[in-house]
Amino acid sequence: MNILAVLKMVPDVVEELEVGDDGKSLDLDFLRLIVNERDEHALEQALLLKDKHGGSVTAVAIDAPEIDDVLFTALAKGADRAVKITDVEEGLSTRAAASLLAQVLPKVPNLLPADLVLAGCQATDDLDGQTAAVLAHGLELPYLGIVSQVDADGSTACVLSEFPGGVRGEFEVDMPAVLGIQASEKPPRYVPVAKVRAAMKSQTIEEVSAGTEPEASLAAVTGMTKPEAGGKAEMLDGSPEELAAKVGEILSERGLL
Amino acid sequence: MPGNVWVMAEQWRGELSEITYELLALGRELADGLGVQLEAVLLGHDARGLAATLGAADGILYADDPAFTEPTAAARSQTLASLAEERRPHCLLLGLTNLTADLAGILPAQLGAPFVNYCRDVRVADGKLEARCILYGGKMDAAVEAAAEPVLLGVLPGVRPADQGLKSGAPQVEDVTASVPDAPRVRFTKYLEPEAGDVDITQQEVLVAVGRGIANEDNVELAEEIATALGGAVCGSRPVIDQGWLPLSRQVGKSGATVKPKFYLAAGISGAPEHTEGMKGSDVIIAINTDPDAPIFGVAHYGMVADCLEILPALVETVAAKKG
Ligand SMILES: Cc1cc2nc3c(=O)[nH]c(=O)nc-3n(C[C@H](O)[C@H](O)[C@H](O)COP(=O)(O)OP(=O)(O)OC[C@H]3O[C@@H](n4cnc5c(N)ncnc54)[C@H](O)[C@@H]3O)c2cc1C
Ligand SMILES: Nc1ncnc2c1ncn2[C@@H]1O[C@H](COP(=O)(O)O)[C@@H](O)[C@H]1O
Repeated sequence: MNILAVLKMVPDVVEELEVGDDGKSLDLDFLRLIVNERDEHALEQALLLKDKHGGSVTAVAIDAPEIDDVLFTALAKGADRAVKITDVEEGLSTRAAASLLAQVLPKVPNLLPADLVLAGCQATDDLDGQTAAVLAHGLELPYLGIVSQVDADGSTACVLSEFPGGVRGEFEVDMPAVLGIQASEKPPRYVPVAKVRAAMKSQTIEEVSAGTEPEASLAAVTGMTKPEAGGKAEMLDGSPEELAAKVGEILSERGLL
Repeated sequence: MPGNVWVMAEQWRGELSEITYELLALGRELADGLGVQLEAVLLGHDARGLAATLGAADGILYADDPAFTEPTAAARSQTLASLAEERRPHCLLLGLTNLTADLAGILPAQLGAPFVNYCRDVRVADGKLEARCILYGGKMDAAVEAAAEPVLLGVLPGVRPADQGLKSGAPQVEDVTASVPDAPRVRFTKYLEPEAGDVDITQQEVLVAVGRGIANEDNVELAEEIATALGGAVCGSRPVIDQGWLPLSRQVGKSGATVKPKFYLAAGISGAPEHTEGMKGSDVIIAINTDPDAPIFGVAHYGMVADCLEILPALVETVAAKKG
């Protein structure tokens, strides 16, 4: 089975984020990019399927700062190929990036059709679309998202997708298909830095020029602000003991302790 | 003259879901602000009766097809796309739930229409829609305008109180055509009910919730100790469940449970909208987070910028001392 895992970089939201001078985008000086967490799960799910059924995994990404490290890490984890789409303007919206991928991927030698294309079902910067769904539309493939389990054999995949309240739905999906991964069946594997370094020495990232203009985004941010921190909360301070005592008081006031 | 405001009437296992009414409340404001009609789009099979509580709308567009009994997006997307092409609504409100997520992903691409995701509010200003969106897991607030119509708006749960949009008095129901794929490539087979956990977190008065900030499985025990002493239970955010530190039955949020305890302690949880929609109705919320900008402080009643690995052990002591 041949599987594509699509990876994209997003701002690390555990870091401090600031609004840039234009008042409508993030200040790049403050930005630390990480792989979208759901995409890491997509890659893991691809690798788990390969471990089980054989075949190949190709990690695909649009060029971005730190992307080489991410792609070498994917190779070190067990991906067979890494493809980087270059000559793309920075800061594309989710929708523009996904439709660009849908145009470019079919032109990459020996890549498509793959049996499955896996990508995260969501990212925190998805203002104007969802990568996996837009990609599915562009590639004219079926789509199912919020996926937390995949097995495949022959021409159909058996996929579990999450509904509210812990209910899951089981689906049969004709392959090739695009799946939006919510969580892989096991937590993403860890790979030691030494193995990533080894991958950097022994393997290569295939670079493919996009050769096409991205479409304009139909949704424009006109202003961005930081929500007032603790907009509502009464902030408590003190030593850990003092803070714990305050929590104890709040519990006592309510008859819970 | 702009087109009408449409609301997708979402259903879950044969009943309208709460977000439908929240969207109707919002849609009513938008339609009045634009001076157009509010229409609910109801897609179902033998489901005309559901129109009875959609009285907040001026009219209902009802399409009937057995395909709509399956929780899949393709038939809904195709039907909505052809309806929207024919009738040109000004906007369509879609709930950002696990039921509508796939539709919200596919339909904008299929229609070639703008999509505005993560809307926490939408207003009419100078005859135009302005959306307020939550980006970066709640760390930024963006004002967003769309460049074309119809605009598809992905609206977060809780945008308006559901009871504001819940009105009986069935408006006029217009039958419209369903257009569904002949051979669907995604086929629903069955629902898998959640395994009953050892405790039902929706029934607890006290919940101690842990997030990724708890760092490892061993530390979850600190929370367990406090919860047990208080006669409550431990629950968690998604990453804690994904790591296998707590079972799925303890997950709070969009894909997990919605809880409303008397006391909710959030330790090392950032406060992403997918988590907060499941707990923001709690009576008292206390958040512990090392990041002063963590969005959880926007829903908590009390907050502390502190290391939960220091606070929780201290709290174990406090609770033990108070119980004497
Ligand atoms: C379709 C879908 C459904 C989802 N459903 C759910 C759901 O049901 N429930 C859910 O929770 N999520 C859900 N999510 C995931 C959600 O988007 C977030 O990723 C998740 O809630 C983040 O969990 P977290 O806050 O524990 O982790 P993070 O966002 O990584 O936050 C960890 C926080 O801990 C803080 N921290 C770190 N160390 C410490 C310390 N020592 N002391 C105190 N604080 C510390 C950090 O500052 C940070 O704020 C869903 C996502 C999708 C796409
Ligand atoms: N707006 C919607 N988007 C996606 N799925 C839906 C929507 N409305 C209903 N469903 C699904 O369709 C199914 C119909 O169920 P029922 O009416 O019980 O046969 C529900 O279980 C939902 O999962």
